[in-house]
Amino acid sequence: MSVTLEHFLTVSALLFTLGLFIALSKRNAVGVLMGVELMLNASNLALLAFARLTEGPAQIAGPVFVVFVITVAAAEVAVALALAVSVYRVRETIDVDRITLLRM
Amino acid sequence: MIEGTGPALAFWGLSALTLVSAGGVIVSRNLFHAVLFLVLAFIGIAGFFLLLSAEFLAMAQIVIYVGAIAVLMLYAIVLTPRAGRDNRETWMAVPALFVAVGLAAVLLFAIHDTDWAKSARAYVLSAGELGRELLGTWVLPFQLASVLLTAALVGAVMLVRSPEEERKEEEE
Repeated sequence: MSVTLEHFLTVSALLFTLGLFIALSKRNAVGVLMGVELMLNASNLALLAFARLTEGPAQIAGPVFVVFVITVAAAEVAVALALAVSVYRVRETIDVDRITLLRM
Repeated sequence: MIEGTGPALAFWGLSALTLVSAGGVIVSRNLFHAVLFLVLAFIGIAGFFLLLSAEFLAMAQIVIYVGAIAVLMLYAIVLTPRAGRDNRETWMAVPALFVAVGLAAVLLFAIHDTDWAKSARAYVLSAGELGRELLGTWVLPFQLASVLLTAALVGAVMLVRSPEEERKEEEE
């Protein structure tokens, strides 16, 4: 038995689409954020699988990019949750269907 | 290619753990349960990182995602008490399902149809090498990331200040 690159990429693709479904369909803003985090994790998995299992001139770039993705994800989550809390202060809801202030 | 029965078993176990937990995030009706399923999915990804012999990144994944991001999400849920704790879908669920299934089909076709430049010898990353690269070749993006993180955290603090605090500061 052996595990190939395609196995990792398949798991990564499935995780990414699950995250996409969550981000597109959830009602609660925190739920939407969970989907975004799953998508970022899936891309990290694909980056590491490529770095480890393919040939290339600079394979270290994969793990380095994963470090940057994790950093930006942490920054993004902090800002997004702060936005959710400050929207809640004004509207008493973080239901993305009911935050329609900018709708025509 | 990673040879051996142990890694293969680990791979299938971790795939099941990660994908089932991601499904649990969709299915669970309670937001708290959804966050706990998300934590399980993060731990599964950390296991994949270990399987790909990136120990440092696996630990970073656990510390940052499980230790910081999931806890931050729990705090955001606790701080919005009257917003409703249910985790239902909007009317977008059906179109989103079609988009997701379509994207999955395209990605899976691309993955299995492409002739990847696979290496016979697996490349193993050491944490020391990663650190040298980060502070050598990639030092400028590294600095930019630190500035971004500082700006984001200061911005988050400013956003969640309560109105009373702001008024008090204006009076001073």
